[in-house]
Amino acid sequence: MLDRLTEFFFPKQVSTFASDIDNLYFFIFYSSVALFFIVVFGMVYLSIKYRHRKGEELKLTSSKDHSNLLESLFFIIPLILVSITFVWGIKSYLQMVIVPDDAIEIKVTGQSWFWTFDYPDGGTTLNELVVPSNTPVKLVLSSKDVLHSFFIPVMRSKMDCLPNRYNIMWFDATKEGVYDIFCTEYCGTGHSQMGAKVIVMKPAQYDEWASELGSEDDDLPLDELGAKLYTKKACNTCHTLDGSALVGPSYLQTSQMWGQERVFDDGTSSVIDDNYIRSSILEPMTQIVAGYQGVMPTYQGLLSDRELDALIAFLKTLNEDSQI
Amino acid sequence: MSEHKKQNYLNHPKGLMSWILTLDHKRIGLMYLFSGILFFFLGGLLALVMRFELAAPGNDIISNEVYNNVYTLHGAIMIFLFIIPAIPGALGNILLPLMVGAKDVAFPRLNLASFYIYSFGALFAMYTIINGGVDTGWTFYTPYSTQSSSNVVPMTLGIFIIGFSSILTGLNFIATIHKMRIPGLTWYKLPLFVWALYGTSLVQITATPVLAITMVLLMLERFLGIGIFDPALGGDPVLYQHFFWFYSHPAVYIMILPAFGIISEIIPVHSRKKIWGYKFIAYSTLSIAFIGFLVWGHHMFTSGQSVFSQIVFSFITYFVGIPTGVKIFSWILTMYKGQVSFTPPMMYALSFLFLFTIGGLTGIFLGAVALDIHLHDTYFVVAHFHYVMQGGTIVAFLGGLHHWWPKSFGVMYNQTIANIAALGVFIGFNGTFFPQFLLGLRGMPRRYATYDEQFVELHSYSTFWSGILGISIFIAVMNLFWSFIKKNKVDPGSNPWGGMTLEWTHTSSPPHPHNFEEEPVLQHGPYDYDKVIVEKTYKK
Repeated sequence: MLDRLTEFFFPKQVSTFASDIDNLYFFIFYSSVALFFIVVFGMVYLSIKYRHRKGEELKLTSSKDHSNLLESLFFIIPLILVSITFVWGIKSYLQMVIVPDDAIEIKVTGQSWFWTFDYPDGGTTLNELVVPSNTPVKLVLSSKDVLHSFFIPVMRSKMDCLPNRYNIMWFDATKEGVYDIFCTEYCGTGHSQMGAKVIVMKPAQYDEWASELGSEDDDLPLDELGAKLYTKKACNTCHTLDGSALVGPSYLQTSQMWGQERVFDDGTSSVIDDNYIRSSILEPMTQIVAGYQGVMPTYQGLLSDRELDALIAFLKTLNEDSQI
Repeated sequence: MSEHKKQNYLNHPKGLMSWILTLDHKRIGLMYLFSGILFFFLGGLLALVMRFELAAPGNDIISNEVYNNVYTLHGAIMIFLFIIPAIPGALGNILLPLMVGAKDVAFPRLNLASFYIYSFGALFAMYTIINGGVDTGWTFYTPYSTQSSSNVVPMTLGIFIIGFSSILTGLNFIATIHKMRIPGLTWYKLPLFVWALYGTSLVQITATPVLAITMVLLMLERFLGIGIFDPALGGDPVLYQHFFWFYSHPAVYIMILPAFGIISEIIPVHSRKKIWGYKFIAYSTLSIAFIGFLVWGHHMFTSGQSVFSQIVFSFITYFVGIPTGVKIFSWILTMYKGQVSFTPPMMYALSFLFLFTIGGLTGIFLGAVALDIHLHDTYFVVAHFHYVMQGGTIVAFLGGLHHWWPKSFGVMYNQTIANIAALGVFIGFNGTFFPQFLLGLRGMPRRYATYDEQFVELHSYSTFWSGILGISIFIAVMNLFWSFIKKNKVDPGSNPWGGMTLEWTHTSSPPHPHNFEEEPVLQHGPYDYDKVIVEKTYKK
């Protein structure tokens, strides 16, 4: 029964402290329902019982305007309930801030509008946080530009990412699976697209994954690697493949205009070719397509040369596909 | 109704200039009222645009950029142009001198100046809209607001200017309450609405300067590149949050205390019963105003502030909750052994009790640090503050309008339509915002133009009911305005609800230009329904 209720109100419980927080919620919830019931019942009962009936004379009403007993009850009962809530809230909170010594440490960087994860043994992922299950994971969070906030609903945890200092959060994931990550501090145009996934794996699987990080894609053909990078490097946050404009121009449109002139917001223009795409990825603010805001971050250092080649190859294939 | 048309503040003196340059607190109050309602409709329209965009997950009607402008303007207009200035400015101005038996407020010229400062500030805000909007959220968090290319400066300048209007009105009210009461009207005989305005004014004059300073620092940073809040210039964005919430949390009490005052008037009058726990309500108003200054940190539970601060802010937050809870019980017990009439003002007061209780109780969830971390910046928070601001303040404001409408204009609206609209507001409001609690619990972040498929069902419910809510509010206000056309006059000496405060017992409806024809003599306390029978002069 309680499980069903928990599922109704909350996303899954995946961290070690999630169930404690949900129980705190239910404690406040039931106390509130009880108090609310008293308020509504009192209101309905008194207003109907003492309603001014048709034809009834106006009369002097009771001078009763206090009751020490009732007022003490109204004071003491909520006081007891909020005291429990306060202590429980702090106790659970302390679990959330005291990081176990053996936690593995992953660096999380927020940037408009994607997340970068740096792993302890080297290697980086974008918008996919991979963690082992039943292992404490400590996240060191910061931002490269404006404020962001890193929220994993299934872990019941979130923390702001600031550009000038590090914040810390941790969790110990109890169930394998793929779960949502949201940005919860408003950060501009792409704020609602700044989602990511956390992938919880069995520790053995994680170790294998971590050792292969960065090397796995070496033997893929360029265009297939590009298709993979398109989501992995968060290009899809701002650029669609179906021709519709999001924060930036659609890849399909760019691909269809291959070899043609593209006009920029300062009135200059350039032919769309391999070099244009390369510079648009590495120095996006130098040429802003007319009609769009210049908001793309640079991918300098985030993509290898092979990965750049792959994205360009992928972009070229889009036009061929649409012509079939 | 045999006598010829009596002089009242609406028809004497005549002419446009007599309104533009009026020093009459009632006329100034009306100017606040109508500009407030205008901004209320503008803000409401923006809210509906947002809700319709959110009916489905993708960008269906508007793009991300437009959505960000719309939600920012909705918040900024509702808070800075409607709720904060217009509610004390309108109902406070019209009623305060009448309630204390004075001819006017203490400084009538300052009062007019305050209105024009507000209008001047509002022009900047309107310029912002014409010039392409502002997309930072009404909180203007740095460093986004120092970097955004939208109209941050005109908007913050507007808010800076409106702040002065707030301070001057607060000052005026405090002086009026201290110095302008008629003989015999001691503090404990004041109507509770006056106590509420007193608490509100204290917060206005003490907190608003902090907002003004913050806005100036933000503008300095943008204009001169002085690093205060932007880390790129050596500043600290968390410092901005401290400054901002040091004003904006007390501002919540600028918004809610007048509503408490309105409810404390409506319930005893329409229940014909002495108010329960007068002194408790009076003092808790002041203590809430004071404690409100010490809890700003609960807006920053995920900012990375120290564990010790988190604990202290959580602890103090609950001290606001308890007196507020006792107040709700006092209002309910007021009905005990009374004669309750289900008039439109009473319908709004009862909906206030229902909605504000939910708003208050959900604040307890957010005060518990561990739980707040999950709920912070989600729709749970959106639902919570709408239950407080709209379910609380705006519902009370509508109740107050219906209560004092015949007093202010000498005409009565259609009470049946008013009751139906009140019910529509109640149902529409719950339908719109209740699903948002669930959205937040399930992890839906706020300020999202598009969202994940899993949230679609609750969002579409919310959108559907927001339509009903919008229509109901529109009908409620139009029904009031309709009374100007279909002149259903109340007797000039009228006291339609049988109120006991001076504005009901000692002046005509609408009041005389100088409020009272002679200085009123206090005959009974504000809620002495156990000692005197006051007839209701208006029968449906």
